[in-house]
Amino acid sequence: MDLQPIWLSIKLALVTTSILLVIGIPVAYWLSRKQTFVKLIAEALITMPLVLPPSVLGFYLLLAFSPNNGLGKWLHQHLNLQLVFSFRGLIIASIIYSLPFMISPVKTAFSHLSKSMEEASYVMGKSKIQTFFAVLLPNIKPSIYTAAVLTFAHTLGEFGVVLMIGGNIPGETRVASIAIYNAVEVMDYDAANMYALILFAITFIVVISVFVINRNAVKSPFE
Amino acid sequence: MIEIDIEKKIRNESGGIELNVKTAFQLNAITRLDGPSGIGKTTLLKMIAGLIRPDKGLIKFGNDVWFNGNQSYSKKVQERNIGFVFQDYALFPNMTVDEHLKFGTYDSDYIDELLLIGEMADLRKRLPKQLSGGQQQRLAILRALATKPSLLLMDEPFSALDTALKLRLIDKLKTLFTEKKITVVLVSHQESELDKNSFIFNLG
Repeated sequence: MDLQPIWLSIKLALVTTSILLVIGIPVAYWLSRKQTFVKLIAEALITMPLVLPPSVLGFYLLLAFSPNNGLGKWLHQHLNLQLVFSFRGLIIASIIYSLPFMISPVKTAFSHLSKSMEEASYVMGKSKIQTFFAVLLPNIKPSIYTAAVLTFAHTLGEFGVVLMIGGNIPGETRVASIAIYNAVEVMDYDAANMYALILFAITFIVVISVFVINRNAVKSPFE
Repeated sequence: MIEIDIEKKIRNESGGIELNVKTAFQLNAITRLDGPSGIGKTTLLKMIAGLIRPDKGLIKFGNDVWFNGNQSYSKKVQERNIGFVFQDYALFPNMTVDEHLKFGTYDSDYIDELLLIGEMADLRKRLPKQLSGGQQQRLAILRALATKPSLLLMDEPFSALDTALKLRLIDKLKTLFTEKKITVVLVSHQESELDKNSFIFNLG
């Protein structure tokens, strides 16, 4: 039994989640501040992957990444980077696809923090950056865990987008969900069942951990 | 003197009000702001702090200009060297009593002194959620003092304290204010031992 697709899925989910933590938290903070028209548009765009069929997103990413067109051509010529049918491409697609799962819970948490808490820190002479790391971030930890876990699980189960831009290259883009599809196609139900069971088990553990994290958060009246 | 001559439109549930304040508060003294609810006492306090920007006018602390509407200059809140006691305390849920004070000063002798004033020396390791309402309010006052401010702004600072404790606290605070030359402006509906025989500014 070839476990490579499972590892590839986990690797993709871990890399995507890590990168999204770095990008997502500052964006979520920015969005949680004073509402402007630009932010409204930005938030709508970030939320789109939630409702858009993955094949639509995948199709446009395929066009964008294609070495024959604008962005893909430029990347290919200047950075010698090919994103279609590569693991790198999958990472970028997953980041876009899972964006709302990281940003939305964190943004909500930021906007629920009392404004005076932030002001109290400024009054004490602390800069915005100091306040962000010492006061704001530590107080939304449960939401960050939740967002990270959801992002991880969501990336793990990705299928449509991967199929569109990644294809089915063993060790490169054949992730678990694709491997299941592939196994069913060739009537290898035992393999399909193994992959499916492993994904099921991982996802189940992930959902349980979200519940545990949230229960602990609810216990504290300040969070 | 703290010179204040400002205008600010405040939006509230019943539409909006125009806050016009022209006054001066004594330095190294205690001034109490009074007036009906919703008249803008908290807003005035926050404008002095630099947390809310007046629409126009001037705020001066001694010779130091803090706000000048004509030059659209506003001194950063971080640079005003003030302490602020928020009505909702605004404590940091992730920090213990000790950490709240260390966030404001490295002077551990001073932290000990503050803990004695607030009668909280036994509660150093507690998080806000492990404190009673009155203890939280005392911590909010101590934290505001931690940075050794020259101006202390307090919004209903004693509302959750029982009378005996309040009297003891006020007594010790008065000594500290005199010792450290701290100017105090507080919002309160009721006169307390702190501002008895001191200045009252009636808003509205």
